[in-house]
Amino acid sequence: MKALSDIRITTALALVVLVGGGQLLPDWALFLMTIALAKGLVSLGIVMQMRAGLVSFGQGLFFCIGAYVSGLMANFTGVTDIFLLTALAVLACLAVGGAFGPLLANYRGIFFAMLSLSLSMILYGVLSKMNSLGGTDGLNVAAPTFAGYAPEGRDLSMTLYLYTVVIVVFIGAMLRTGFDSQHGLVSLAIRSNELRVEYLGASVRRTNAINYVISAVLGGIGGVITGLAIGHVDPEYAYWTTSGEFVFVAILAGYLSIPAVFVASIILELVRSFSNLYFPNTWQMVLGVFLLVIILALPNGLGSLFQRRREGGS
Amino acid sequence: MSDSSTGATPALETRGLMKSFGAVTAAHDITVSVPEKAVWSLIGTNGAGKTTFVNMVTGYLHPDEGTILFQGRDITRLGPREVTRAGICRSFQIPQLCSELTVLENMLVSLAIADPKPPSFFRKARESAAEDRAMQILKRFRIEEYRGRLMSELPAGVRKLLDIAMSMSGHPKVMLLDEPTSGVAAEEKFPIMDLVMEALAAENVTTLFVEHDMEIVTRYSDRVLAFYDGRIIADDAPGDVLNDPQVQRYVTGTLAPEATS
Amino acid sequence: MDLLLVILVDGLIYGAWLFIISVGLTLVFGVLGILNLAHGSLYAIGAYATATAVGIYFAYGGDAFPLGSYIVMAFSALLVAVVIAPILERGLLRHFYHRDEVIGVLVTYGVFLILEDAIKLIWGVDPLFVYEPYDLLGMVEAGPLFYVAYDFLVIAVSAVTGFAVWYFLNRTRRGKVMLAVIHDREMSQTMGVNVDKVFLLAFGTGVFLAAFGGALTAPMISVSPGIGVNVIIVAFAVIIIGGLGSIEGAALGAVMVGISRAASVHLMPELELFIIYFVMAVVLFFRPEGIFVRTQTRKI
Repeated sequence: MKALSDIRITTALALVVLVGGGQLLPDWALFLMTIALAKGLVSLGIVMQMRAGLVSFGQGLFFCIGAYVSGLMANFTGVTDIFLLTALAVLACLAVGGAFGPLLANYRGIFFAMLSLSLSMILYGVLSKMNSLGGTDGLNVAAPTFAGYAPEGRDLSMTLYLYTVVIVVFIGAMLRTGFDSQHGLVSLAIRSNELRVEYLGASVRRTNAINYVISAVLGGIGGVITGLAIGHVDPEYAYWTTSGEFVFVAILAGYLSIPAVFVASIILELVRSFSNLYFPNTWQMVLGVFLLVIILALPNGLGSLFQRRREGGS
Repeated sequence: MSDSSTGATPALETRGLMKSFGAVTAAHDITVSVPEKAVWSLIGTNGAGKTTFVNMVTGYLHPDEGTILFQGRDITRLGPREVTRAGICRSFQIPQLCSELTVLENMLVSLAIADPKPPSFFRKARESAAEDRAMQILKRFRIEEYRGRLMSELPAGVRKLLDIAMSMSGHPKVMLLDEPTSGVAAEEKFPIMDLVMEALAAENVTTLFVEHDMEIVTRYSDRVLAFYDGRIIADDAPGDVLNDPQVQRYVTGTLAPEATS
Repeated sequence: MDLLLVILVDGLIYGAWLFIISVGLTLVFGVLGILNLAHGSLYAIGAYATATAVGIYFAYGGDAFPLGSYIVMAFSALLVAVVIAPILERGLLRHFYHRDEVIGVLVTYGVFLILEDAIKLIWGVDPLFVYEPYDLLGMVEAGPLFYVAYDFLVIAVSAVTGFAVWYFLNRTRRGKVMLAVIHDREMSQTMGVNVDKVFLLAFGTGVFLAAFGGALTAPMISVSPGIGVNVIIVAFAVIIIGGLGSIEGAALGAVMVGISRAASVHLMPELELFIIYFVMAVVLFFRPEGIFVRTQTRKI
């Protein structure tokens, strides 16, 4: 019961802080927060798989699919309703994730990492060559509407931000439940000792496939929001360095705490925008050093500062 | 008590199991028939084929030839998960535990999986009913004081017991214990075996255990299979097997091997 | 028929190039157990170092002996290896040998990020050109077609590289030790192999091969930021096809990818990038760990 109310309190608190805080943010920060939260969803998908010991270096695949759903629908059908676009992105990622999940679930370690990377690079290659879809230039994305409401200017940024906050908090709460569930504990067990899990009678492959599909959906939602917020999509969304940044955030956050994922994502976006302003040619270097320091000094990520692994007693 | 045991389907039966790794024969014509509730031990030197036998029965390895029947059902080609689901569980010479989880969490994992339904995304792993059951099992094996510890902090005996306790949470019909007392201090061996055998007997589990300690073999098993070079060279009551000259020569080493033959 | 010939020749040229950039990657993985995501950056550094060195060579009277630029190229790659390999291997990678292979990927991803910016800091963002070595050997007539002779030099160099690596591993004492480490690291360690030396040598060779690939490529392209980013991806595909850690595998993978890509370029250009991964997917479907598998057994 205590844990349940913990989730409720954290959820309510997160909503209040994010919604209330958003009102105070200047435009640039509002945009940055929207992007950071949306991309945080993609990294959350990686974290979900990391809990079972897998690191996907190809989450850009779903990020890109989600983003292109927004671009294609706007350009070819005129649909701009964000609810519909999100639903379509989810469906598209369910389909693709559902097709590849069971296949990739046979692979582990670097094979899984590199195969997932390859899939996203295939999409990158295809999109780059498809001139009907904008080729390497990509597509512009029309501003979203919200069930008929078509705000502009700051209202638009604010509405998109609030939409993102609600989705992020809802998904965060759901995944917390998932992490603490039987499925979540079995995932952690797989991370430690896959053979034991099979010998207890559970399917490692099934668990990995489920995690893959869920993370695909998260990637798609992150992509559709990012595409709408930036107003432009291009094949770079599927490029391996984009996926690398999602992995960076996941490693920075660790797999213990869900809020840590979004904090890490916000840190990355802050570093990116400030570096772009002040030292445009060394911001990757900052990230690289940061990544090495985290791996060496905080192997369980920022999350281990927020949340200690609970002891088994009571 | 033993009225219905004759003529009943054996709990576990193997017919002509063959397995070789390159030039090494790990199993040659292994044929056994283990009745319900039997407690047998498997003895033999390292490399004699005991663990290969356990691995084949539990689906980790598949025999090159031969058949494995569980309660009359062919399980030869099943993998570890299906064999476990069917009702055959095993423990490991090196305990297979989840090193990043606590003792209690390891137990909870095994209980969550033992549930006939797949692990749920919505059901809490640590709900109080599950924790109570996990604690009960830990108490039964007298390792409840370690519930919050990680695997690296556990004494060898506790690891062995936890490994076996986890295997038993699926309520197996047949249990294969791979060297349940290896690596354990001499004075702990009997207490551990007492706990394990009592728990298995309470659930009428047919048990096979691999063991090097002949005192344990004599005290706990009602029949002994002696392995040598991938073959079963003796199969009888403990006293008879241990007095068998071949076993003394090749297994227990109480008789010097023949210089030539 | 001509088309077939064109595809074959183009494929061999591309495959030869692929082999040079992949073989170091697979060697490093085989010995160190680290899949080096920074391999492409090392390739780029090799290309930049070559562009600079060859530029200087011709600026200071290299025209008198233009073929000397080839020696300068090789030395540039060697210099890169001698400077960078000890820093990376001794200073960073050795902390991760006992960790999970995925950690190695993450660490070298960090190195990749650092090196990509280091390149921009050192050489700036404007492209460099060193076309002289490319034009030196003139053209070659192959049937109805003309090729730049340098392209065939790449094939020759690739073959020599492959032979040298094979000879080193199979015919020299140090090489045999390295091969033993590839096959069974723990066993070699318990047998008293000085693993530290082997690791440094293997990583140094890997860095040299990456930089050498860059050096060889520099005259053929405009050397600009980001050239290493693509290289790493195709090199991965090649060594995964061949089986991680397998030198023969890298050779076979390179030729397969090379010819498939050449076929795609001439027949269905829009599938050029796709085809590489398609070949990889097909191979992995039949051989889940690549063609030349390193089998791993687990004892329970």
